[in-house]
Amino acid sequence: MTQAFVARHIRIMLPTLALTVLLLAVFYMQPRAMSYLGLNLLLNLALPIAFATIAQMFVITVNELDLSIGAYVGFVACVGATWLRDDPLLGVAALAGGVLVYAALGALIHLRNLPSIVVTLGMSFVWLGLAILVLPTPGGKAPDWLRAVMTWKTPLLPFTIYASVALAVIVHLGLMRSAYGAVLRGVGGNPRSVERAGWSLLTAKMVMFGLAGLFGVFAGLALVGLTTSGDANIALRYTLLSIAGVILGGGEFTGGRISPIGAVIGAMTLTLAASFLSFLRLDPDWQIGAQGVILIVVLALRILINRTEARAS
Amino acid sequence: MNASLLQRLAAKPWLWAYLGALAIWLATIAFTEGRGGGDVLTAALSFATFSVIVAIGQMYVITLGPGNVDLSIPATITLAGAVSMKIMDGQDAMILPGLLIALGCGVGVGVGNYALIRLLRIPPIIATLSSSFIVLSAAISYSRGIRIKPPPMLADFTTWIVAGIPVLAVAAVVLTAIMSVVLHRTIYGRTVTALGQNARAARLAGLPVDRTRFATYVLCGAFAGLNGYLLSGFSGGAALNMGSEYLLASIAVVVIGGTSVAGGFANLPGLWGAAMLLFLLVTMLNTYGFGAGVRLVLTGLIIIGVITLAGGKRQAR
Amino acid sequence: MSQPQTDPILVHLDGVAKSFGAVQALARVSFDIPQGACIGLVGHNGAGKSTLMHILAGSLTAGSGRIVVEGVDLTDRYGIATANAHGIRCVFQELSLCPNLSVAENARILHPSLKGWGWRKRAATLIRDRLDAVFPQHGIDPDAIVGDLSIARRQMVEIARAFSISDRPVKLVILDEPTSSLDAVLAGQLLAYVRRFVAEGGSVVLISHLLGEVLSTADRIVVMRDGKIVAEREAGAFTRTSLVECMGSMVQAEEGAGTPTKRLGDIPVVSAAPATRSATLPGGTSLLAHRGEIVGLAGLGGHGQTDMLMRIFDGAARPIPGVAVDGKVAIVAGDRQTDGVFPLWSIADNMTIASLGQMARRWLIDSRAEQGMAEDWRRRIGIRTDDVDMPILSLSGGNQQKVLFARALGSSATIILMDDPMRGVDIGTKQEVYAMLRAEAAKGRTFLWYTTEMDELKHCDHVYVFRDGRIVTDLARSELTEERVLQSSFEAAA
Repeated sequence: MTQAFVARHIRIMLPTLALTVLLLAVFYMQPRAMSYLGLNLLLNLALPIAFATIAQMFVITVNELDLSIGAYVGFVACVGATWLRDDPLLGVAALAGGVLVYAALGALIHLRNLPSIVVTLGMSFVWLGLAILVLPTPGGKAPDWLRAVMTWKTPLLPFTIYASVALAVIVHLGLMRSAYGAVLRGVGGNPRSVERAGWSLLTAKMVMFGLAGLFGVFAGLALVGLTTSGDANIALRYTLLSIAGVILGGGEFTGGRISPIGAVIGAMTLTLAASFLSFLRLDPDWQIGAQGVILIVVLALRILINRTEARAS
Repeated sequence: MNASLLQRLAAKPWLWAYLGALAIWLATIAFTEGRGGGDVLTAALSFATFSVIVAIGQMYVITLGPGNVDLSIPATITLAGAVSMKIMDGQDAMILPGLLIALGCGVGVGVGNYALIRLLRIPPIIATLSSSFIVLSAAISYSRGIRIKPPPMLADFTTWIVAGIPVLAVAAVVLTAIMSVVLHRTIYGRTVTALGQNARAARLAGLPVDRTRFATYVLCGAFAGLNGYLLSGFSGGAALNMGSEYLLASIAVVVIGGTSVAGGFANLPGLWGAAMLLFLLVTMLNTYGFGAGVRLVLTGLIIIGVITLAGGKRQAR
Repeated sequence: MSQPQTDPILVHLDGVAKSFGAVQALARVSFDIPQGACIGLVGHNGAGKSTLMHILAGSLTAGSGRIVVEGVDLTDRYGIATANAHGIRCVFQELSLCPNLSVAENARILHPSLKGWGWRKRAATLIRDRLDAVFPQHGIDPDAIVGDLSIARRQMVEIARAFSISDRPVKLVILDEPTSSLDAVLAGQLLAYVRRFVAEGGSVVLISHLLGEVLSTADRIVVMRDGKIVAEREAGAFTRTSLVECMGSMVQAEEGAGTPTKRLGDIPVVSAAPATRSATLPGGTSLLAHRGEIVGLAGLGGHGQTDMLMRIFDGAARPIPGVAVDGKVAIVAGDRQTDGVFPLWSIADNMTIASLGQMARRWLIDSRAEQGMAEDWRRRIGIRTDDVDMPILSLSGGNQQKVLFARALGSSATIILMDDPMRGVDIGTKQEVYAMLRAEAAKGRTFLWYTTEMDELKHCDHVYVFRDGRIVTDLARSELTEERVLQSSFEAAA
């Protein structure tokens, strides 16, 4: 029992360790990064990725996968850079509509027993198309209040760090500690038994997909607040980044085994990895490749630790 | 429950793809009042060929069971295209070595993918995603954005059309038929479907589990490599983004074609119906004069519509 | 609650019927579950017990008939929620906990009232108290993740959860093969608790293949056959033999078990030392098996028998220190769903999968040979189907198990490993399979048979008793008695 306990905790610690090592490496190479401004530059884009990763995590908790989150974040960013500024009511309605569509997708996937990979694959086309309809060419402007929030000069540490910590803690409390959170995770672990106990799987799926839609909205707004202008293609890579972030953070694809804190750390690690590579003055051709290598190394470490633990037990 | 009913149910998923493709084609030529219907089909066959080639590999991988998918296909296509074009350097004499090198690139990526999955126990989605980053970097670094024309004979062969039917499409149909026999009538194929249904039972039944998984990822890589080679010939050279559309397309074609995403049940004829459907859909929307936004939205909605109609199948656990 | 004077009826089932397509699983069954009583429910596989219990638990809807709970006719609105609200709980055969949640969180799933501040603590207390009550000295931490627990402990948690009380009452607990993963001590604790629960006014329906368990624990026993109730009497009015007679099987009082098989050849085809974790304990005896032998692996469940079979299975494919296997090995899985059946395939595909190597001409599998083998084995092992191309899931559990036997026996394997394969198989099927095993052994095949049922050990030439992953005794056929096996299984535990 204790060995399994230790293994679980080391697995939870690993993302933190990876983040720390990466941060130290960056500081070592670029001591100036060890400042308020430097940290802000490094982790600037972490918040939207963290939101998207949490959104993905909700979906993964109930054994589904969202391949449309990137396109959806792009759609939100486009709405944020246009309607939300010009016609706030329409903008809010559009974003609320997005959340409702997500909840409806959860219902559709559950009721018709559809593979979420394909449904969300189709949705990625839909969101991209809608984004293009809202904002045909890159441009637009984020509302001033959004800009103000995202560039808020918080004391001691940059806003991103506070916001990420708050995000991790809030989602952790909601999903890992609350009474209904246990039911939601139970749906990932053994849906039939949860259903037999009298809970509605339909509700659970709709809640989780709705939450994914909501956090996708946060991701898109955070992104457009940082970049100030929108673009339909702005966040397409978020789909893969968010999946990688969840897994990097100790989550698993099936069985409802996830970790919100880990997911946020995973997202920050991925962001930092990109910054780290630019500091390395690596040939730009190989930057993407190096991200792949980092991903593999961290995962390999996790496997190694698990295996050592298993042998020790 | 009798066998014929079950057979009908089993046949249903891929039927939808063909019906959808037919309906869309009819809608298209209804708009043009019958003009260009044949040309549309020729074009659809040409482009469907490339989707089907990668989808065969993807289908075998998906059939291995939940969680198995190859996201490195686009990068492999690009790498194989870039490397083979550069090596052939437009000379007809190098066509065969070029093909072997393209296949070699694919096999190499497949071996790498499986090494990550088996040795490091990384989930296939993440393993193939990570490796695709590396492969793509290699392709970028290798080609340096220079576009080299394919050998004339390769270009001619890949664009050769006889009586409105692309020769390459015929070859690909033969390939599909062969892979269908492999799936149903060889121990390898049976093992793939067995693994997708119950991996533990497959191992206990004494089937060569590891070898089969390995072969499947290599096979998928090889098909992607083949696609990169042919596509470069077809479109006048390799481009860095040439593979990108095949990530979603390969998965969509497999699933719309009636293969179970949960694994254990595969379906080859459906691949053609699905690939034609996806191409004809874009053609139809272009014909109707829709902009890119509407076209994307409708494409997405139709994918969801098809899977909703065809779906409701058993999912894993 | 006032003391009930003439035990009132808790649940009254009247003419409940259920069909699946053309198959009638339940034909107008009527019976009563009184308060403060334990009803034993026995019958072969496919007799309709599970269907009946699923209807009672609300997870299946009855085709016709009435369900009356505490005098209220609930037929129209009967479902999972109604059953829960009336305190009807069920421990199903397949474990139904969420492996990713902690023990306490799993308790929470069953009790909607465990919410708000401090729910975690209340949930932990709730489940710990009930575990203490049912299984004293269980040693289970309420915060442990269920996936990290052993199968036996998971089953303990599940049982304790079913008996736990929050604002939802517990009036009736249905236990479907509750002791299948428990050792004798734990099973005894559970049955004792059932008696205490009943004495306090609760009701229990106990479904078990272990007739001794039912006879000693139940007040009344209901026997089902072919979707009907064929007998219902006070438990005292039944004996083991009369129960078996009621179930309708031909009682062969272990006659076939009398004649020993012949050992063919002196060189063992399997020799395997158990994998011992600690170096301080001696490894114990090695397992030896010769051609033509049926070797039993006995002892309490989970004491290393399955591990041993897996070691031998792996040892046939690649070198493993301490294991020597001479010949091809096939395995008959006990846990059909996870280890055996390919659910999307036909009966024939499931049967031939281990023999395809012999049927391949060049690269291709010969369909005619395949069909031939499937037909041949359908007849030889008596699989109840008209068409081997039907889906495997169209068969009952016992017949699916026969397909798995055919898969192993039909292969070219000379050594057959059996991992408690008769779990949940009816007596008729068992007798047929026993006879087939003896015939195959006579032809020179070797069987290694892990079983949890004493009666089956009598078919073995000699029996290795396992304890804590080691072989503690090797009993020859002549020395084999239930007492000796139990003695060896428990020696150190006492």
